[in-house]
Amino acid sequence: MSKKNWPLWEIFVRSKNGLEHRHVGSLHAADSEMALENARDVYTRRNEGVSIWVVESINITASNPENNGELFEPAHDKVYRHPTFYDLPDEVKHM
Amino acid sequence: MKENLYNYILGIADNSLILGQRMGELCGHGPSLETDIACTNISLDLFGQVRSYFQYAAKIAGDNRTEDDIAMLRKEREYKNVLLVEQPNTNFAYTIGRQFLFDVYHLAFLSELQNSQDLTLSAIANKCIKEVSYHERFSSDWVKRLGDGTEESNQKMQDAINDLWTYTDELFHQTEADKMMVSEGIGVDVTKLKDGFYERVNTLLAEANLQIPESKWFQKGGKEGIHTEHLGYLLSELQYMQRTYPNMEW
Repeated sequence: MSKKNWPLWEIFVRSKNGLEHRHVGSLHAADSEMALENARDVYTRRNEGVSIWVVESINITASNPENNGELFEPAHDKVYRHPTFYDLPDEVKHM
Repeated sequence: MKENLYNYILGIADNSLILGQRMGELCGHGPSLETDIACTNISLDLFGQVRSYFQYAAKIAGDNRTEDDIAMLRKEREYKNVLLVEQPNTNFAYTIGRQFLFDVYHLAFLSELQNSQDLTLSAIANKCIKEVSYHERFSSDWVKRLGDGTEESNQKMQDAINDLWTYTDELFHQTEADKMMVSEGIGVDVTKLKDGFYERVNTLLAEANLQIPESKWFQKGGKEGIHTEHLGYLLSELQYMQRTYPNMEW
């Protein structure tokens, strides 16, 4: 039996209001509506979310691991780009 | 013991129990990972509902019987589910067709049961209705996909609807317990749900590019314990552990 797979979709779930949507995984579906329903069943059945985004994987442009050198390594030795050189007042929490 | 109320609750719960078992059969056997999980979720929702009903029924019975005794230790003729829900998973179109026909009924039924004078039943209905709304959305969506899909999927969906159609009328039959409970303001008058059911189903079948079956010959008997040959096989699997190892617990 020939088996054609449905397109792949990337699933993003917002766990509660105020937080961002986070990538939780991927699944197969024939269209966006089915992707939402499948995502509901596969990724939110244990009360994980309040909102779902689905994006067809084919629409995602990813960086090439071969380019990691030029893309990311220059940042390795530039610690001063982190805002860690300030004295924080004691009143400021959660930084 | 309130015999009529007890029987009435079993009449509601057995539909969910038997359909839950049918959907559970697809665990690990669904047509794709995603639909496999969806069908199993529906099964678990239905079993959850059954527990609420049977816990209440066990309380009404007032002897030492438990929810598990009611679910697992009755004989075939003592199950009061409609014939529709015991029909087998012949293929995915049958699974979806059976689910869709039952969901449309179930949603309308729970919507009315919310107004029951019995506060436990109305609370259970209120809790279940969100789950069942989703079931109806899932199954009607799939009826449209298969009906309005390829020539082959359309044919399979049509065959399933044609075969299952004969079990639809029984949903609106009343047992003696039903009539008593309706007169006491506890039960739902299912005869009043019939027109709305066929209206919703027929609209969706048309939308799904499917023919509405013309047959006017309907099967009945499930509500009185007279079942099709499929129920016995289902029960032997459902009850196997309790029959083989009585009082076994997880």
